[in-house]
Amino acid sequence: MASVSDNVMKFFRSSSNQTVGPAAPKKPTRRSSGMGEISRLLNSEEGLCVLDMGATSASNIRFFTGKGHKIYSEDLLWSSLDPALRIQDSAGNPVLDSKKFLDENLVYPNAHFDVVLCWNLPDYMEESLVKPTIDRLWSVMKPGGFLLAFFHTRDAGPDSICYRYHVTATDLLEMQEVKVAAPGRPASEKKSPRLQRVFNNRHIENLFRDFASIKFFLARDAIREVLVVR
Amino acid sequence: MEAPQTGEFAHIGKSVVIKGELSGSEDLYVDGNVEGKIELRNHSLTVGPNGKIKANVTAKAVVIQGTLDGAVNASDRVELRKSAVVTGDLTTQRIAIEEGAFLKGKVEVQKEAGKSVAPASS
Repeated sequence: MASVSDNVMKFFRSSSNQTVGPAAPKKPTRRSSGMGEISRLLNSEEGLCVLDMGATSASNIRFFTGKGHKIYSEDLLWSSLDPALRIQDSAGNPVLDSKKFLDENLVYPNAHFDVVLCWNLPDYMEESLVKPTIDRLWSVMKPGGFLLAFFHTRDAGPDSICYRYHVTATDLLEMQEVKVAAPGRPASEKKSPRLQRVFNNRHIENLFRDFASIKFFLARDAIREVLVVR
Repeated sequence: MEAPQTGEFAHIGKSVVIKGELSGSEDLYVDGNVEGKIELRNHSLTVGPNGKIKANVTAKAVVIQGTLDGAVNASDRVELRKSAVVTGDLTTQRIAIEEGAFLKGKVEVQKEAGKSVAPASS
């Protein structure tokens, strides 16, 4: 039987918030069939070149370098928000300068990457940049290389949460809400990127029509995974 | 991370601008602007929060809190703190990246003979 002093000490220990902080919010996770297929390639070969097109992720760098691969990190969504890309077309409408964008981003030799992790970039990137970006990816990927992209299956509204994906295991992704500020702007201006559109299957097939094959995985969270082979 | 004591490190303050090649045989803390090349071989480079480096860097360890534009070759480790903005390729044996750090470039973790790789941590 515990003494009175033990019980008093237990009370103080349990009521104190100085030593026990609040638990960190657990990030949601999802199983990724596409990542599972890519992992089979990652496990069977060494020294592959992987391009991660999300925000810098220590988890992803750890995952890929731990398997002996080289990882390139390039946050294209952030780069696409650069105010310097905004120009006017001949009719005076504001557009993004896709030529300038590709002069400054995705500048790699042809046939360089074995794996490209596009994540949900096409859903959140400005329309005029999507096709030129996919065309550039075709050039910098090796024939037979894999590209993984996620698309919403229905219109979740412009304020649907934009996630950044961290690979934590062979086919398990941790999801982290993304907020971005345009290059050169302070962190206080960070906001959630807006969902630009919802691609249907035909749009996606058109987007990747130059690639060798395309495979769709439908998930329960209204996300369509697309695994494309160059 | 606070700026180290000046007695322990060679210290380049935030008002200093250097253009050219920097080499040395002691640890270096840079909170100013350096453009050119930095070679410290068996010593560490720390780029302070105000530091702006436009140079290829060779050192034993590189810790970045500020901005670095160039290739980094660190024989031991690279650390990107949360305020780091790095554009360039990183080659090292160990890498640690804090949440919020920005990297545009390649990461290549090289294995030291006889040792396993100590991968990225956050």
